[in-house]
Amino acid sequence: MFTKYIFILLTVLALYSGIMVLVSRKPIHSVLFLTLTFFAIAGHYVLLNAQFLAVVHVIVYAGAIMVLFLFTVMLLNLNKDEHSPKSRWAKLLAVIAGCMLMLTLIGIFRNYDLAVAYDPMMTQIGLVKNLGKILYENYLLPFELSSILFLTAMVGAVLLGKKEQL
Amino acid sequence: MSTLSSVPIDYYLVFCSLLFCLGVIGVLIKRNALVILMSVELMINSINLLLAAFSAYTNDPAGQIFVFFIMVVAAAEVAIGLAIIVLIYRTTGSIDINVLNKLKW
Repeated sequence: MFTKYIFILLTVLALYSGIMVLVSRKPIHSVLFLTLTFFAIAGHYVLLNAQFLAVVHVIVYAGAIMVLFLFTVMLLNLNKDEHSPKSRWAKLLAVIAGCMLMLTLIGIFRNYDLAVAYDPMMTQIGLVKNLGKILYENYLLPFELSSILFLTAMVGAVLLGKKEQL
Repeated sequence: MSTLSSVPIDYYLVFCSLLFCLGVIGVLIKRNALVILMSVELMINSINLLLAAFSAYTNDPAGQIFVFFIMVVAAAEVAIGLAIIVLIYRTTGSIDINVLNKLKW
């Protein structure tokens, strides 16, 4: 029962800060609220017995990616309102479209039934030991390819960020 | 251990749908390219959480490996995306997506 309350707390926190990301006028507030959302999602990972993912999520998202976002916001001096906000009409239509998508998704998932029975004894799945074994036994090639992807992304970012023409 | 038995997976389905739709609405209503990129991150995260939830409820660690790879790709995507945004700002002096309509026609 206690974990259910934690679930509800984290869900409310994530949804509230997700809405605040959209409502905030200044980009820097959006970035900070998005960080809060990411922390709430990390809490959800812990609840789901995915401890390794929770740690990686905090390090990668709340650590690296949000620092990149904050750095860009401060570098570009974007801490001001949008120049040409969309009309109220367009915003209303966008919100209605988003709500329709939500209704559709919930309608799809309403009759969903989990085929596999949950085994309460398997709480060790998300630990580094098990994930590492699976990662290096079954998914070695994608793992190595992702390092090439990172190298490409790094070279690309440096290339794009250079001042002089090539 | 008791989390998964006290919280049905439907809750995660609804929660992740809500988060995903928030990201969609953010992409639709915002003009700032940076905030649009952040909304895309929100969508990616909702999908990640749902994958992890299904992985936990079906005792299949492959879902968590998949989340791991999605995080890798998302990190690379953000690095490149922010570099492109900085470049756009440098050339046009703004990151309002209204300015970026040169490829429209």
